[in-house]
Amino acid sequence: MTVGLNAFLLVSGLLFAIGLLGVILRKNTLVIYMSLELMLNAVNLALVAFSRYNGTMDGNLFVFFIITVAAAEVALGLAIIVALFRRRQSVMVDQLNALSR
Amino acid sequence: MLDILFYVFAAIVLVSALLMVVSPNAVNGAMCMIVSFVGTAALFVLLEAYFLAILQVLVYAGAVMVLFLFIIMLLDVDKSEGSYFKDKLTLGAAIIGFALVAILVCSAFAGANHLPEPGLMPVLENPTGEGVGIPFTTSSKSFGYSLFSKYMLPFQVTGFLLLAAMIGVIVVSKKHEENS
Repeated sequence: MTVGLNAFLLVSGLLFAIGLLGVILRKNTLVIYMSLELMLNAVNLALVAFSRYNGTMDGNLFVFFIITVAAAEVALGLAIIVALFRRRQSVMVDQLNALSR
Repeated sequence: MLDILFYVFAAIVLVSALLMVVSPNAVNGAMCMIVSFVGTAALFVLLEAYFLAILQVLVYAGAVMVLFLFIIMLLDVDKSEGSYFKDKLTLGAAIIGFALVAILVCSAFAGANHLPEPGLMPVLENPTGEGVGIPFTTSSKSFGYSLFSKYMLPFQVTGFLLLAAMIGVIVVSKKHEENS
């Protein structure tokens, strides 16, 4: 494969930028949360690329831990979103503005 | 051949991620997200991280996205009125921020003066477990070596974190009595 490290890092950085766009732009908390997952995924891709081009296994191990932590984080975050919906009947961030009033 | 595969899968990942961000329906967004995760798994295969590719499909595209779809359908949040994006100012700010990050990334990793490009290292088929570092291998056996030698403490801490998350989910999602 003649594709170099920079190409993978370019894809990873653009993926991170798209995730950032989603976090800033969207109103729906669930979509914001999915964009956060996208950013974590972009970091995973960069770590695997670094690991492959460095010739060591450490990046792959880091991705292993990141996947584990992300799974735990998703479970807890979605439980918090469900509790929020029960209390406020909405998950749109423009209606969850009790602190700004 | 592999180069063409890289470009195809990179395009799939980026386009489906962008579709997820702009799609007004959250369920469609979650479907695009699954495509993006599977594309990332394909990029992992191109990087010869087969174990992580399988883990990505199982954990991310399987468990995490099924949980997301379940919660999206349970809450049924798509019937709200108004725009799906925030106001005009936030739209402009988000697009400018995206453009800045994209320009930064493109100038760092593409173009005339990009970062130095290392060559591909040889891949061992089978780890030996000897030496200072852990060499890059394609076998999942080296994960076991690393997890139980160099990364023993993070492994234990991650297990404890999973336990804490499980208890936390149970506590958070329990229904409270209003008169307490």
